[in-house]
Amino acid sequence: MPNPFPSTGSSMSKNAPDIRTGRLTRQEIDANFGDLHPPLKRPEALIEADRCYFCYDAPCTTACPTGIDIPGFIQKIRSDNLRGSATTILEENIMGGMCARVCPTEVLCEEACVRNTHEDKPVEIGLLQRYATDPIFEAGTQLFERGEATGKRVAVAGGGPAGLACAHRLSMLGHEVVVFNRDEKLGGLNEYGIAAYKTVNEFAQREVDWILAIGGIEVRSATLGGDITLAELRDEYDAVFLGIGLGSVNDLGVETLPGALNAIDYIAELRQADDKSALPVGGNVVVIGGGMTAIDIAVQSRRLGAKQVDIVYRRGPEQMGASRFEQELAQTNGVRIHHWAQPIGLLGDDHVSAVEFERTRADNGKLVMTGERFTMDADVVFKAIGQALVDEPLTDELQLERGRIVVDAEQKTSLDDVWAGGDCVRGGDDLTVSAVQHGKVAAHAIDRHLRG
Amino acid sequence: MADLTSEFLGIKSPNPFWLASAPPTDKAYNVNRAFEAGWGGAVWKTLGEDPPIVNVSGPRYSAIHSNDRRVIGFNNIELITDRPLKTNLDEIRQVKRDWPDRAMVVSVMLPMNEQTWAKYLPMIEDTGADAFELNFGCPHGMSERGMGSAVGQVPEYIQMAAEWAKSAASIPVIVKLTPNVTNILPPAKAAKDGGADAVSLINTINSIMRVNYDTLTMYPSTDGMGTHGGYCGEAVKPIALNMVAEIARTRETADLPISGIGGVTDWRDAVDFLALGASNVQVCTAAMVYGFKIIDDLVDGLSSFLDDKGMRSVNELVGKAVPSVTDWQYLNLNYVEKAVIDQDLCIKCGRCHIVCEDTSHQAITNTVNGERRFEVIDEECVGCNLCVSVCPVDGCISMQQLTEGVDPRTGQPITVEKANWTTHPNNPMRKA
Ligand SMILES: Cc1cc2nc3c(=O)[nH]c(=O)nc-3n(C[C@H](O)[C@H](O)[C@H](O)COP(=O)(O)OP(=O)(O)OC[C@H]3O[C@@H](n4cnc5c(N)ncnc54)[C@H](O)[C@@H]3O)c2cc1C
Ligand SMILES: Cc1cc2nc3c(=O)[nH]c(=O)nc-3n(C[C@H](O)[C@H](O)[C@H](O)COP(=O)(O)O)c2cc1C
Ligand code: SF4
Ligand code: SF4
Ligand code: SF4
Repeated sequence: MPNPFPSTGSSMSKNAPDIRTGRLTRQEIDANFGDLHPPLKRPEALIEADRCYFCYDAPCTTACPTGIDIPGFIQKIRSDNLRGSATTILEENIMGGMCARVCPTEVLCEEACVRNTHEDKPVEIGLLQRYATDPIFEAGTQLFERGEATGKRVAVAGGGPAGLACAHRLSMLGHEVVVFNRDEKLGGLNEYGIAAYKTVNEFAQREVDWILAIGGIEVRSATLGGDITLAELRDEYDAVFLGIGLGSVNDLGVETLPGALNAIDYIAELRQADDKSALPVGGNVVVIGGGMTAIDIAVQSRRLGAKQVDIVYRRGPEQMGASRFEQELAQTNGVRIHHWAQPIGLLGDDHVSAVEFERTRADNGKLVMTGERFTMDADVVFKAIGQALVDEPLTDELQLERGRIVVDAEQKTSLDDVWAGGDCVRGGDDLTVSAVQHGKVAAHAIDRHLRG
Repeated sequence: MADLTSEFLGIKSPNPFWLASAPPTDKAYNVNRAFEAGWGGAVWKTLGEDPPIVNVSGPRYSAIHSNDRRVIGFNNIELITDRPLKTNLDEIRQVKRDWPDRAMVVSVMLPMNEQTWAKYLPMIEDTGADAFELNFGCPHGMSERGMGSAVGQVPEYIQMAAEWAKSAASIPVIVKLTPNVTNILPPAKAAKDGGADAVSLINTINSIMRVNYDTLTMYPSTDGMGTHGGYCGEAVKPIALNMVAEIARTRETADLPISGIGGVTDWRDAVDFLALGASNVQVCTAAMVYGFKIIDDLVDGLSSFLDDKGMRSVNELVGKAVPSVTDWQYLNLNYVEKAVIDQDLCIKCGRCHIVCEDTSHQAITNTVNGERRFEVIDEECVGCNLCVSVCPVDGCISMQQLTEGVDPRTGQPITVEKANWTTHPNNPMRKA
């Protein structure tokens, strides 16, 4: 990763941006980047598990993209059958450990929990899921076995949640898998994107290691479109799964300046940093966007010591991709969220010093500019306005729509031997849990195809 | 404010709550604390012959817990007092002197020969105690030595010991019954026939709590071995209530005063016992689980309840529900209820549906017009109350009587006329 802050000169002139390392001590940073939701202790878990009503055709399970039998795994927590509980979770969602940490449960399972109707407080499904699965990853207990070898070989492009979920299920079904991954580490955005305080202690890599331990999965460092082509994969393998995520970042549509960064790049560097206090941090940070990435870069900037962080979003709170919980998390971290304004230019000579915005409003659902403008001082501007598929390696062969791969209900693309899932497909919701479900569904479809 | 003062066999106490004979009443220190906390009386921990018995030095107690460790059921293998008789007598005398307004009953357990009873009872009575309670209930340890429930299970022995006690004592004699019998009436009648002034029940129920899942030995154990113990606490209340009601509603025993024991934890449990025929209640496990302070809720809750009912004294409550207890054969078979779900309260957990579907009468929907919705199908509902029992929302499902028309399940017209099994055509032994 290139230094996101190319030399701003050593000048101490009044125009020099306020960007420094070491705003907080290492201890302060460690405290700020500890577990966002500390794990439940046994008594807490047992009491919380007791709150589950063991619903029939449970609404929480319906709301879980991977369809985990939630009352089933909670019942097993109650009876101290934690291995059984973890199996119930992981057989539907092999990343049940990560999902327990990063799922926006407030808009998924916990939103559907009937306890909301009863008392406005759902069962803490996410925390219970973590309670049940943590011991498995701590002890490295394998719960699943590789199926009887079929002799079939499947190529999986992309080693993020979608690719790994697909690979693991294919291995359980007895197929041989080769994963081609672009980044140095596996795990995709679990490793490079998700907020550091959601997945502490290298959990992403521990989970990857546990998944690969099933065997039958070979990992190669290679980029589809660079080192290998889709045609080659189709040629050499019995089937192909694409889980390459979104490799590039949407364009802001204004002329850029040093100091205007992609949030995603900075987060990746943050996630990989051994010493976060050594990261350069701006004094005034302006974040443009309204999704999970915007919240994450804003909150993490504050926790790294930024003096003031402002999120500016061009629509209202209801339209934000970030859930209400995420928005509140930003606010309790001292982030200010501004709605209905769109950037129209970055100000500054050789480095950004402010952003000029124009106020917007909705006109029958359409966004319109109002002409009213204002500026906001900024030492750093983060663009968090979404990622895009790097589609060059695919366009010739695959049907795409609005920049994403078109798939059917079984994750099959327009090609008979190519499946796809995760962020790179059309109609997803850009969540780890959905990527896992896509990978799982695709693996079963591929299996049926191969056994045909 | 309702008057809670209680009189049992002429023994007065400021409220009808006595501590049952057990560890809470084992010595002056405890009983003083109990009386300071407000308990109306105490039945002193069972005295026996000197030299005293010895207890194990391993675990005596164990419990069934809810997930948040609330004690639901409790079990013990403790024997009667393990302190010298003189120590106990001195303390009883002192406590009774210090607390003249509280009931002081002394529990005794003696071998089955008349001389022993004649020897010990006057000694004990001399302490100033208000009454004796004969412990024919302890189901472990003592029963192996021919005492406790070994006596309580044989009506002839009960009668014999009651007679000995009555002739040796000048204060009232209460016989404490064991529930480890198939029918509580013969022991109760035997107590009466032996001249007992009252019965108290229940003592503990024979039980093994569980195994140790690591060692696959009985739990709890003493040096690897365990023995059955006595079960008590909230879980046993229904068993106790049935036995109390049986005695209260049976002609030959109906006039025996009853001290109700078994699972009393809050004031509602006391209402159950009193309404089903007990004149006062005794408490052991709840005090052992929470300490003596629970007396506040017992007293306060019962008093408010009596006020709400417009009753001025505990006596007005005693036996109120007894006439409503009968035999199955006299239940009105023409009476029809159906479950009704209050859709505004329903949280759509679906438990009523699945239990009725899997284990009862397939009488609750899960989908109506394509939506998740739980409604009772009157054509199928037998009115069994299962759904009411499992619904997590209090008051959401209620049983409502059909008062007119036909029962859509049976097609039979609803009638106000009563008819029971004794006259039912399917009953081969029906009365004409
Ligand atoms: C900042 C941020 C925060 C997020 N927070 C959350 C959260 O809290 N909760 C949540 O549920 N979701 C969150 N998400 C979304 C979630 O991370 C993604 O939906 C999920 O990781 C998608 O998985 P994927 O496998 O489709 O893609 P990715 O995770 O992007 O993985 C793609 C993989 O493919 C590899 N790859 C890419 N291109 C190629 C190529 N050409 N050839 C070979 N390999 C390639 C990459 O190296 C990577 O390993 C967040 C996303 C971001 C950006
Ligand atoms: C630890 C323990 C010791 C007991 N010891 C005696 C006893 O010595 N004499 C006796 O008559 N009953 C004894 N009992 C029985 C209680 O007095 C009471 O009858 C029984 O526990 C039911 O009431 P509860 O549910 O309120 O505990 C004992 C009970 C317990 C739990
Ligand atoms: S909806 Fe809530 S109460 Fe019902 S099964 Fe799911 S977690 Fe349990
Ligand atoms: S009362 Fe019984 S039969 Fe009727 S709906 Fe409820 S569970 Fe079913
Ligand atoms: S059990 Fe009660 S709350 Fe649950 S669906 Fe049935 S009626 Fe509704």
